[in-house]
Amino acid sequence: MQTIYNDLNGKVVLVTGASRGIGKEIVLSLAAQKAHVVFNWRGDEDSAIALANELKEAGASDATPLYFDMTEYDKMKDELDRFTKEVAPISGLVNNAGISKDSLMMRVKPEEIQSILEVNLKATMVLTNTLSRNFLKAKEVSIVNMSSIVGLMGNLSQTVYAASKAGLIGYTKSVAKELASRKVRCNAICPGFIATKMTDELSEKAKESYLSAIPMGDFGETKDVAELTLFLLSQSSKYITGEVIKVDGGLYI
Amino acid sequence: MEIQEKVIKIVSDATKVDAGNIKADTNFIDDLNLDSLDMVEMMMKMEEEFGVEIPEDKTEDLKTINDVTNFLKDNAN
Repeated sequence: MQTIYNDLNGKVVLVTGASRGIGKEIVLSLAAQKAHVVFNWRGDEDSAIALANELKEAGASDATPLYFDMTEYDKMKDELDRFTKEVAPISGLVNNAGISKDSLMMRVKPEEIQSILEVNLKATMVLTNTLSRNFLKAKEVSIVNMSSIVGLMGNLSQTVYAASKAGLIGYTKSVAKELASRKVRCNAICPGFIATKMTDELSEKAKESYLSAIPMGDFGETKDVAELTLFLLSQSSKYITGEVIKVDGGLYI
Repeated sequence: MEIQEKVIKIVSDATKVDAGNIKADTNFIDDLNLDSLDMVEMMMKMEEEFGVEIPEDKTEDLKTINDVTNFLKDNAN
């Protein structure tokens, strides 16, 4: 059963990385709340329109693709400026786009560090900073940053990814402090092991070993993360800011 | 209404300081205790009212009512 947050009806929310996984679940959940879902898109226009239509069918009051890649900063600014001036101020932001490439630290190449930090950390900061003026104009603003449990506990073969996700936590808390006087809230979510295509492909043995580390004994679902995202975007969490919340079945207690 | 009068009105509305106590040389930070976010918001209001874009890096130079009035005069459409 999904909770209905009346204030999300018509709320303009931008979600990055909406094409798959947790991001896709979040935009579909927002659609079910009748939000106006905005998402960035770097692929072909037809697929973007298809997703927009899917969201409208799922209940979204509107769905708008913005065409920019997370690291095309000029294009990002142009698209965001155009949308916020011509359509509406954005009052919800879910910084969900992220990449990962697992490898032992001794094998990590400088270019890999560059690209992971660029997308996961720098692009998120540039996008949020670009929208900061818009946030001062919008009402009931809530920013949700998708960090990760590994940003809190570290993980082997994920040194760079974990560092980028830990960086997001520092960013989240600083934004929360800087904009709190304007009632702009900023929180981070740390998903643990969430069932996706990637976990489906694991061998039984690997699955068992991961599951044995999770006190609740099961992988999480993308829906578990989406539900918390909705709560943090809504005014039901209006007194919560600068907080970091785990969705991990007890993995990191 | 003259530009300066309008500027003083906007500042007065935003700060709740009586317009009579705001002069041409009133300094936003020293006299009105505005912080940097207040300044950004104030400049956004000026932009809306006058239809002029005030670049972020220019904001730092606009310290008094006079500075803003002159900037708006110089950049009026």
